[in-house]
Amino acid sequence: MDWLYMHMPISGVEILWPGLVLIGFSVGVIGGFFGMGGAWMVTPGLNILGFPMAFAIGTDIAHIAGKSMVSTMRHSKFGNVDYVLGFVMVVGTMVGIEIGAQLVMALERIGLVGSAVRWVYVCVLALIAYMVFSDYAKAVKKKKMGDVDKEKGAEGIIWYKTLHKIAIPPMVNFKVSGFRCSAWLPIVVSLVCGILAGFLGIGGGLLRMPSLVYLIGCPTHIAVGTDLFEVMISGLYGAFTYTLKGRIEIIAVFVMLTGAAIGAQIGTVATKYSKGYGIRIAFGLAVLCCMVSIILKQLKYDAPAAVLILTAIGLICAYIMKIMFQGAAKELRDKKAGAAAS
Amino acid sequence: MRKRIASLFAIGAALNLLLPVLVWAGGPKAVDLVVVADTRVLSGVNKYFANLYNTNIFLFAIWAVVLTAVLGCVLGWIMDIIMMRTGLDLKSRKIVEH
Repeated sequence: MDWLYMHMPISGVEILWPGLVLIGFSVGVIGGFFGMGGAWMVTPGLNILGFPMAFAIGTDIAHIAGKSMVSTMRHSKFGNVDYVLGFVMVVGTMVGIEIGAQLVMALERIGLVGSAVRWVYVCVLALIAYMVFSDYAKAVKKKKMGDVDKEKGAEGIIWYKTLHKIAIPPMVNFKVSGFRCSAWLPIVVSLVCGILAGFLGIGGGLLRMPSLVYLIGCPTHIAVGTDLFEVMISGLYGAFTYTLKGRIEIIAVFVMLTGAAIGAQIGTVATKYSKGYGIRIAFGLAVLCCMVSIILKQLKYDAPAAVLILTAIGLICAYIMKIMFQGAAKELRDKKAGAAAS
Repeated sequence: MRKRIASLFAIGAALNLLLPVLVWAGGPKAVDLVVVADTRVLSGVNKYFANLYNTNIFLFAIWAVVLTAVLGCVLGWIMDIIMMRTGLDLKSRKIVEH
């Protein structure tokens, strides 16, 4: 069974390569559907396969950059990527990540970093999960009462409507997303998300996707596509800095990308057959799993945390694949029926 | 016999306490250590990248980013061709929130 193992030239470890392909595939499916990198899922997976932790993080970031590229290309063809919004936000994201990283280093010097970061992360995730589920509950309530917007249907949280009223120039018309607002709104939101991402040591997709929906007012599908564009750029930057620190296993990145390329197509195409609120609810559940796994890790239950993450990956992945294959089968059936009728 | 077991236990306990301190004193923290790829067991492309990693990390970083981006594009393009053959409409979608 030696052929199933691959020698990693930098870290010198032997790794089960089908495991790498499987991780890449699963995270490709989930990332393409939710519009996030999925570092919280990949890093423990790589660690279980035998990667030293330092190499797991760097390898993970580089793979996320490549995988997001595949997903962005597909989302772009669907018209799900607002490049203007993406470029405006890139500035805030990059500056924010650097500020966040410097903040962590400053706190480290005075000995305040450590478990504090993880607890902040837990609070942020709890807040996101609360926002997602309360938004859904409010939207359902409004729908029952008949309070429905002509364009967007019943909406729960509509903070973006208030934020769009801020008219600090320059005002920008984001055609793809379908709204006009001050350029400062996406810049400030991405800056705050970037600071939090840099502080927490994550890519930021988990924070940016809900921010795009609730604070900036993007339709869910466009939030997913635009966020992946952001993840791609920040991932490439992260890959460069981690490589300079010598913490990347480039061969593993390439192997994972082969699985991710297939998974990303499935995850991305599945968004076509899913309603916006379906994506939001599944995203909320993924955030909850991430939160519980971090709490378990904080309480030193590393093995249950890893089991939870792997189970969550399996279940979410199966759910997304079901949406994709059922939707695709229906579309092809309809097409055939249409052709037969004409 | 009891004395011997007690002395062995004492030596073991002392080593347990002292060895980590000695190792710690012997060098910097693990995070500060430089990782060097072992090129003796490698050949071909693996050897080239491992050598580059050891000697010119900046060029290695550029290679890593460029190759990741290129591979992402190429795989995206290949998958695109394959997906087009499925007969699905991959250029339009309806945005439905509910």
